[in-house]
Amino acid sequence: MNSLDIAKIVLVLIGAPILGCLLAGIDRKLTARLQGRVGPPLLQPYYDVMKLFQKDNMVVNESQNLYVVMYVVFVILSLLMLVFDADILMIVFVYTVSSVALIVGGMSTGSPYARIGSSREIMAILSYEPILILYALAIYLLTGTFKLSALDNISNPLLMYIPLIFISMLFVMNIKFKKSPFDYSTSHHAHQELVKGMLTEYSGPGLAGIEIGHFYEYVFLLGLMFLFWKVNIIIGLFIALIAFLFVIIMDNITARVYWQWMLKLSWTVLLIISVVNVLYLYVAKIKLI
Amino acid sequence: MALAKSPWIIHVNCNSCNGCDIEVLACLTPLYDAERFGVLNIGTPKQADIMVVTGSINYKNVNVLKNIYNQIPDPKVVLAVGACASTGGIFHDCYNVIGGVDQVIPVDAYVPGCCPRPEAILDGVVAALSVLESKSQGKIKGKDVKLKGNEVPSNA
Ligand code: SF4
Repeated sequence: MNSLDIAKIVLVLIGAPILGCLLAGIDRKLTARLQGRVGPPLLQPYYDVMKLFQKDNMVVNESQNLYVVMYVVFVILSLLMLVFDADILMIVFVYTVSSVALIVGGMSTGSPYARIGSSREIMAILSYEPILILYALAIYLLTGTFKLSALDNISNPLLMYIPLIFISMLFVMNIKFKKSPFDYSTSHHAHQELVKGMLTEYSGPGLAGIEIGHFYEYVFLLGLMFLFWKVNIIIGLFIALIAFLFVIIMDNITARVYWQWMLKLSWTVLLIISVVNVLYLYVAKIKLI
Repeated sequence: MALAKSPWIIHVNCNSCNGCDIEVLACLTPLYDAERFGVLNIGTPKQADIMVVTGSINYKNVNVLKNIYNQIPDPKVVLAVGACASTGGIFHDCYNVIGGVDQVIPVDAYVPGCCPRPEAILDGVVAALSVLESKSQGKIKGKDVKLKGNEVPSNA
């Protein structure tokens, strides 16, 4: 590990939450503008987190705090692995652990709302995980390795070979950002029937930790989209931005659906187009390296 | 500082006639847009800062109110919205009514009116913010309100 790596780690640890916080602020501001409201200040997510740190921490059981820490640590870990071009399959698994931490945290409280939210989140994982795995598989077929560092040696962007997986990934973004129409596991818009879903029993600093984890997660998820055009950083960032705007606009023009609908959508349409894409790569024997 | 910039409210309906509740919800619509001040209507008391109570307190819901109050982490403030929540209002001499919210839990700000206009409610929330801020600076904790039985008086 040389000094450049350490600089990178520090940059990710400090820069990612700032970027994520700004993204969350843009999201809220844009949503408000789309609804014809003035909306909160851009730094509102930052104020929220600072406020939450000033509140008392009320937990049902002590282990809840552990799950928050686990969630944040594993999200940061997966982001770091992404930055250091690690194994994409490993990144997907490490990232799943972070989602599982939140689910177990919700389940551990015994609150019915948290349990409903957690079981719905399990359904969400069930619907997006196959697509992530197929994404990893497509990268393997194209480059001959799961290592993301191979993407530096190719001349054409991934998007040209796996456009269908890109479309599926857009929906995965929507599920993972927990935005409408797939915001049924935890969303403050759903408080009439769900309270706060999975996160119902968190308060104060615990919730602040989860929010910070979300900031890292935003950056991580957009990083996954960035990979589609890694050969040119500008276009890559542009694609990530497009994905982000897509999520926000979908959030505003759709209503929450049943989790069954999401499962049907992802296990039929999204999964089939992803499989078709992977089969095409396999049959046509397209190799970038 | 940050407390005053992101007040999350929980709306508790105690026996309200629904007039006040509709006005509270009107605050969140694009016309009044309470989110300008960072106000979010949050579902769970554990994440709330301001408790907005509408309606008068009666023997049936008094324990629900106390329970929700106890579940809000400190620092917290209570805002009584409407004549009913402030004093008992039009229902003040009903056989089952205890009175305003301040009969059971400490109230920090009152919004008069039956029903109060959304502007007045927003004013109340903004007034509550300074109380919230001073409570957090002085580390003032909320009272731990004891739950009792149904508290039906013997002469009822
Ligand atoms: S104050 Fe008026 S509008 Fe509000 S709950 Fe009481 S009677 Fe209804």
